[in-house]
Amino acid sequence: MTPLALLGVVSSAIFSGTSLLYATLGEIVGERSGVVNLGLEGVLLVSAAAGFAASAASGTPYLGILVAMIAGALMNLILGYLVVSRRANQLASGLALMFFGFGLSAWIGRDYVGAKITGLPRLTLPGLAGLPTLYGSLLRFDPLIYLVLPTAALVWWVLFRTRWGLSLRAVGEAPDTAFAAGRNPGRIRYRALLAGGLLAGLGAAHLSIAYAMNWTEYMTAGRGFIAIALVIFSKWHPLRAIVGALLFSGAVAFQLLLQSSGVQVSPFLLNTVPYLLTLGVLIIWGGRRRNAAPASLGRVYQGAE
Amino acid sequence: MSSRDRGRAWPRGLQAALRYVAMAVLALALFAVILLLAGKDPIQAYRDIFTSTLGSAYGLSEVFVTMTPLLLTALAVALPSRLGLINVGGEGQLYLGALFATWGALRFSALPAWLLLPLMIVLGMIGGALWALPAGYLRARGIVNETITTLLLNVVAPSIVAYFVFGFWHSPMDTNKTANFAAAARLPTLGGTRINLSLIFGVVLLALFWYVMARTRWGLEMRAIGGNPGAARRSGIPVARYLVGVMMAAGALAGLAGMAQVSGYYGVLLVNFSRGLGYMGFLVSWLAGGTPLGIVVTSFVVAVILTGGNLLQLTGDVPYAVINILLATTLFVVLARPSLPRRRKVA
Repeated sequence: MTPLALLGVVSSAIFSGTSLLYATLGEIVGERSGVVNLGLEGVLLVSAAAGFAASAASGTPYLGILVAMIAGALMNLILGYLVVSRRANQLASGLALMFFGFGLSAWIGRDYVGAKITGLPRLTLPGLAGLPTLYGSLLRFDPLIYLVLPTAALVWWVLFRTRWGLSLRAVGEAPDTAFAAGRNPGRIRYRALLAGGLLAGLGAAHLSIAYAMNWTEYMTAGRGFIAIALVIFSKWHPLRAIVGALLFSGAVAFQLLLQSSGVQVSPFLLNTVPYLLTLGVLIIWGGRRRNAAPASLGRVYQGAE
Repeated sequence: MSSRDRGRAWPRGLQAALRYVAMAVLALALFAVILLLAGKDPIQAYRDIFTSTLGSAYGLSEVFVTMTPLLLTALAVALPSRLGLINVGGEGQLYLGALFATWGALRFSALPAWLLLPLMIVLGMIGGALWALPAGYLRARGIVNETITTLLLNVVAPSIVAYFVFGFWHSPMDTNKTANFAAAARLPTLGGTRINLSLIFGVVLLALFWYVMARTRWGLEMRAIGGNPGAARRSGIPVARYLVGVMMAAGALAGLAGMAQVSGYYGVLLVNFSRGLGYMGFLVSWLAGGTPLGIVVTSFVVAVILTGGNLLQLTGDVPYAVINILLATTLFVVLARPSLPRRRKVA
């Protein structure tokens, strides 16, 4: 295996893993507050369609990114209304949101199938300008890719080093106790969903505006569910999610490399490895409850008022 | 019960009916707003949906066709929910059922129908049950929550189907589907319609589900586990065996739905053929409160909406997926009303 081929795998894993990581971070924020969003697939689709449509209509990808983020936040607020304000079942509400996303994204995107947009510019880091062009071209990334690691660090910092994050996690573990301590669980869950929607929107924007640069119906192809699996894999921790996202997207890139070097492995079987690995990791952790899911995850907070 | 309570029973039923009507009107109004925003005539669209589904014998038969797999995937959620098990894995179990049944159809295509179809049914149910086994086992041992296991395996299942179809079974013409099944491998259909025998399976199994839960020792013990697993264990009920067994039975039901889709509806195994039938079953079961009659009614309503969407696509030049908006607004409206009568907690 040549260094160039290896670099190619890493580069393509970074490209396809970025949207996954943003979406995973968004889901982590929501789940840490106790709300599981099974409709992430639909949220991503609507954001990707809205962001792409805005880019195509306005000619600027940056407006598209903004619109995608707003769309993600609005979608999550629908979930918030159902599960927080109306105290509906989280799993059923999430699945309903997913089907809503299937429909709405097809509707938004119907005039933009095959449309052309200007994607995000690719930038080379200053220190890497001296590399040979072949290597250099593999290391030219768009701004959203450069921003994803700082974003993960920021999410970690907010969740684990700020008062806001402490409240959020407290609500995710024990909403009644948090309420007794003067927090408002409903409002905190709304805010967590809002932040999570913005992050999911960023991921979707990267998918349709920067990575694929087009819109096709159901283009997320299961990424929402992959992100939900990644949240479990990363034990609800933003920094571990980085490793997870690279591993999941790396498996796809790695199979291309195997094929080019003559090893015949079915891409479909290789695709299943990360999920089976996740399941394996969960089994090894076994019944150990430490570092596991937020205690109130998926439960309806009945409230005390 | 005092006479006063009995006197109030009817108005309360009327109240509930009015509430459902109000919710339906609200959902239709929400979708009408979206249609108006897109410059379509909502009245015409609704008239089209109605005439294309309930207004003709053919339309009605298509509603039953759409409803058929939902009965089974909803039952695959309702049954384990009685033990407090949340099976979100209908989607994956359905794919595995389709895969196993297809293997039977291709491998034993020379067999006569009376032998081949039962074989495919059994294979489909085995496939679904095996796919649900890890979830049941890991839950019974207290290792991994069944929601997480089933969600993960859902993502894996379509890849396995794709592996077999692309790798071994695809027809000479298309790479993404198998050759058409032999006539003996097709479930019989009713008259000139596309309604197939699995509609009967769904109805019979729902009736059986009601009977088992209400009239047998199994049902009693399952309800005991759902009520209080600790107390059930102390009173000698083999809780772990029930958790694994019921989860596998649920998987078998979803697997049967998969078998019915490839054998009855498509007649081929197509990559990614489901796109949400299992998840839809979860929603149907949840909305129906997990009751057999509720599942029949809810799947019928969902099927009317989905079937009407086909026509909307033909006449209104909108993508088929858009009908999901009407479906979802209906679901949102129902979900937003937490105090529905006779609602039982599924999750």
